Amino acid sequence: MPLLTTKGLSRHFGGLRAVDGVDFALMPGEIRAIIGPNGAGKTTFVSLLSGRIRPSSGMIVFDGADITTMPAYQRVRLGVAYTFQITSVFANLTAFDNVALPVQRTLTDGRSKGAVRTGVMAALERTGLADRVGTLAGQLSYGHQRLLEVAMGLALKPRLLILDEPTQGLADSEIDNFIALVREIAKDATVLLIEHNMPVVMQLADRITVFNSGKILAEGTPEQIRANTQVQDAYLGATHG
Amino acid sequence: MRDASPAKIYALHIGVIALLFALNFVLPDYHQGLFARIMALAVFAMGYNLLFGYVGMLSLGHAMFFSAGLYGAGLTVYHLGWGVPEAFVAGVACGAVLALVIGLLALRTSGVAFMIVTMMFAQVFYLLVLYFAAWTGGDQGLVIQQASRVITIGGASLDLTNPTVRYMSALTLFSVVLIATLAIARSRFGRVLVAIRENEERTKMLGYDTVANKLAAVVISGAICAASGAAYALLFGYVGSSFASVQYSILPLLWVLLGGAATTLGPLIGTLFMYYVTDIASSFTSAYLLIVGIALILLVLFAPKGILGSIRQRWLGWLP
Repeated sequence: MPLLTTKGLSRHFGGLRAVDGVDFALMPGEIRAIIGPNGAGKTTFVSLLSGRIRPSSGMIVFDGADITTMPAYQRVRLGVAYTFQITSVFANLTAFDNVALPVQRTLTDGRSKGAVRTGVMAALERTGLADRVGTLAGQLSYGHQRLLEVAMGLALKPRLLILDEPTQGLADSEIDNFIALVREIAKDATVLLIEHNMPVVMQLADRITVFNSGKILAEGTPEQIRANTQVQDAYLGATHG
Repeated sequence: MRDASPAKIYALHIGVIALLFALNFVLPDYHQGLFARIMALAVFAMGYNLLFGYVGMLSLGHAMFFSAGLYGAGLTVYHLGWGVPEAFVAGVACGAVLALVIGLLALRTSGVAFMIVTMMFAQVFYLLVLYFAAWTGGDQGLVIQQASRVITIGGASLDLTNPTVRYMSALTLFSVVLIATLAIARSRFGRVLVAIRENEERTKMLGYDTVANKLAAVVISGAICAASGAAYALLFGYVGSSFASVQYSILPLLWVLLGGAATTLGPLIGTLFMYYVTDIASSFTSAYLLIVGIALILLVLFAPKGILGSIRQRWLGWLP
């Protein structure tokens, strides 16, 4: 049974159909990449999944429950975590406090046990930030801020982790570590990522969904997507033949 | 709050309380009375700071919570002949209930709209106090007689009009609220409040019901301010509509800004500073408000984070 499905999911902004009747299914444990040209509706689509914006019509089912009208914070407690496209760590708080917020949330919900400090250090160690525990998040390098963002997502113990352009602004050396990290996360969570960096997508994704003009243009394994002529026209921009 | 050992932090706060305790025995009569007043009003500032400093919500209506406590305690003593402890509890309860109702309505707004809405509610409260002058005494106020301000426990009685009893009562309330705000600031709840101040949208996406957390903060803040008002009525024996006026909504904001927003001891320092600048200036000139104004401008220019906020920023990063 899929972990997450949408049926006829739409969101209109005035006359613009940002997301237009999307039927989508995500199986537990997979790493799914969403790609598509700018303005294809990718970020709007994952914002609908996370509850940051409400759909105009359609339905979202997570783990058998209809969550279409559920507020974002309750979805997080069910295990839907979202990391932002634009880095939005708490700049004036330490790395520790940034991660302590999601950790204490899971403790309150009874989804994890132990002390806040233990959970924080585990998440920071997994992302390689353990030696920055007392640094203000705003003073971390950009790459480290992205990692902190991931650490916060991890600390929420998500069943579905949505990453919105996680490698944006990362150096090549950092990207390799990042790929290893996402593979690690995918051992206990389903990962849905929006990504522009095609080598990252091809290495990581089990399956790829291509968006165009608010609709799903194609879906399949990386090889199938690479070979799809429609996708090449719309997105990869190649002149084939 | 970086790399601070809890022992050091609690030692500092207990040290401040011990210092205030010792001052009772060395201060001349006039200053002993002034300090009692300052401690009672610092509680008001601490309640305001919880919402303004930690959650980042600027209310311009906190006079209504202070005077809910003031009238809740004062009127039950005056009209119903209640004892001091019952009246105090009644005052705090009035403030908490009022804060719950106002919070439910005002939290539909934020930012400038929140400032205006809270100010309007406080204005309604003020006008109601004047309208029901038959009970509240209106702008004349009511004087609570000395006989009503005595706590009898068993055979012993505590007369709140006695300067030392009054000082120690104010210090007790101040200490309880100081330690309580310190505990809140260091708690998981306090961490969520600060997160809301820094980025509410992000806090939601970490699974927090930010509206519920803000409402809790409004109620705790309202209850603390009401405790200050109730204590003020019982310790100084006067309730009047001037305490519900807009001036008393601005004052805690000034005290907190001066002392340092989101610092536990800032409200005390701000209240103390403002009272003494006013006191000293008025002994030299009748234009003392000019001097107060200049002092405020200098502080905002050279220490925009307030006295303790600037000290924390430059030297003592561990201060809570």
